[in-house]
Amino acid sequence: MKKGIAGASLDVNEEGYLTDFAQWNREIGTELAKEEGIELTDDHWQVLTFLQESFNHSEPLSIRGIGKRGPVSIKQFYELFPEGPLKKASKIAGIPKPSSCI
Amino acid sequence: MKRLLILGAGTAGTMMANHLRPKLARDQWNISIVDQEKVHYYQPGYLFLPFDIYQPKHIKKPIEKFIPTGVNLIQEKIDKILPEENKVLLANNNVLDFDLLIIATGTKIAPQEIQGMDGPGWRNNIFDFYTFDGAKALRDKLRKWQGGRLVVHICEMPIKCPVAPLEFAFLAEDFFRQKGIRDRVEITFVTPLSGAFTKPKATEILSHLLVEKKIEIVSDFAIERIDNTSNTMIDYGGKEVQFDLLVTVPTNMGDEMIARSGMGDDLNFVPTDRGTLQTETQENIFAIGDATNLPASKAGSVAHFESEILTENILRFINKQPLKAEYDGHANCFVETGNGKAILIDFNYSHEPVEGTFPFPGVGPLRLLKESRMNHYGKMAFRWIYWNMLLRGRHLPFVTPTMSLAGKHFDDMQEHEN
Repeated sequence: MKKGIAGASLDVNEEGYLTDFAQWNREIGTELAKEEGIELTDDHWQVLTFLQESFNHSEPLSIRGIGKRGPVSIKQFYELFPEGPLKKASKIAGIPKPSSCI
Repeated sequence: MKRLLILGAGTAGTMMANHLRPKLARDQWNISIVDQEKVHYYQPGYLFLPFDIYQPKHIKKPIEKFIPTGVNLIQEKIDKILPEENKVLLANNNVLDFDLLIIATGTKIAPQEIQGMDGPGWRNNIFDFYTFDGAKALRDKLRKWQGGRLVVHICEMPIKCPVAPLEFAFLAEDFFRQKGIRDRVEITFVTPLSGAFTKPKATEILSHLLVEKKIEIVSDFAIERIDNTSNTMIDYGGKEVQFDLLVTVPTNMGDEMIARSGMGDDLNFVPTDRGTLQTETQENIFAIGDATNLPASKAGSVAHFESEILTENILRFINKQPLKAEYDGHANCFVETGNGKAILIDFNYSHEPVEGTFPFPGVGPLRLLKESRMNHYGKMAFRWIYWNMLLRGRHLPFVTPTMSLAGKHFDDMQEHEN
């Protein structure tokens, strides 16, 4: 599936997650965030960077893991990305939907 | 004499003992299994105990009854594993050496992870049904409960048997109807997931059943704490759900022994290769069942399919052959839907549950992803199969450890990357 955003054509799955992280950049992240109704601040970027680094190291992502090792508390994570923060933040970060829900 | 050590004599560990003893020469391999418990519980029965469908005697048997002769059962608490020294320390200070280790210590509920959960309400108006004691206490509560707001709830994923909470909601609906008090009970299903289940295709069908049975669903609810004065669950986003009777599935965690051994992830599950079942810790240490971090369901069927593949890999490892990366995440679950019916689902790492027939393509007799009485009888018959065949490591005829695609309708097939 293709999706046009920030002047680029992106490969996404049926839920709108990027299928190729190489296509992601900050501009695209900003636009994806707007689609979720989120204006990105420095705090948001810290979380997004953390998620991308974890993903690149093949570390499984979970809300619990963010609270334990991430740059913000779980409470703040929910404030930054309300309702389903991990799913939302992963989409904006250009990484796959976390598989922590089996 | 070489030593093979199995930690945990639950479903997975017991199956491994039964599989391996006949395959390893007794004059070359000593096999021991360690578990501090005396009773082996048929855990799928925890779903039926609260509704008086099963009695305790149906689901309890002595652990030793299922350990084959020639396997040494050590009933002692495990302190920790010392992987580099190939040793396991027991709580009584005994030391067990191993050449090969299989970790099968399962998962436990951890209500203490949520503020207010194991406080004054615990087993008073807050219950679990993932332990024998919890299911029995809930049975006693339900016998006299006169109605109100029942909330069935999942704290966080992953949990053992992800369909069980839904089954509980369906059976509760049926139970109150039979009792003639359905109109006095409001049932709400609260989940951290975005829908009724983890797999989209099954979620569609299960959501439909929730509507039909007038069970309300609250999704994307990530519990932060419970307020015991107002009997309210509060999520991180500020959402609130009030209850009179809460039946929750607390956070599931691997054994604390895994944490003491420094071998677990955030939830004390052991990082394990999803195809071979070898742990990432060390090549002579394998893990099976709920104890692993595999992105598969934590369920008896998964442990059963894994046990056939792990047996082969253990033999290959001993013979210095390359391991077979064969486990595909195959799970097979009966989902009780009330009214004496059930749905059967069959899926793996990459394939969603689909419609079709099982185990014989085109014939059945079981129907996949469709409610039927035959499926319910299948679930009821499974208790006998569990005690008499599965635990004893007998191969179930016609059921393969990896998922068969025959007889299944993949027209709507969705591939999922995990």
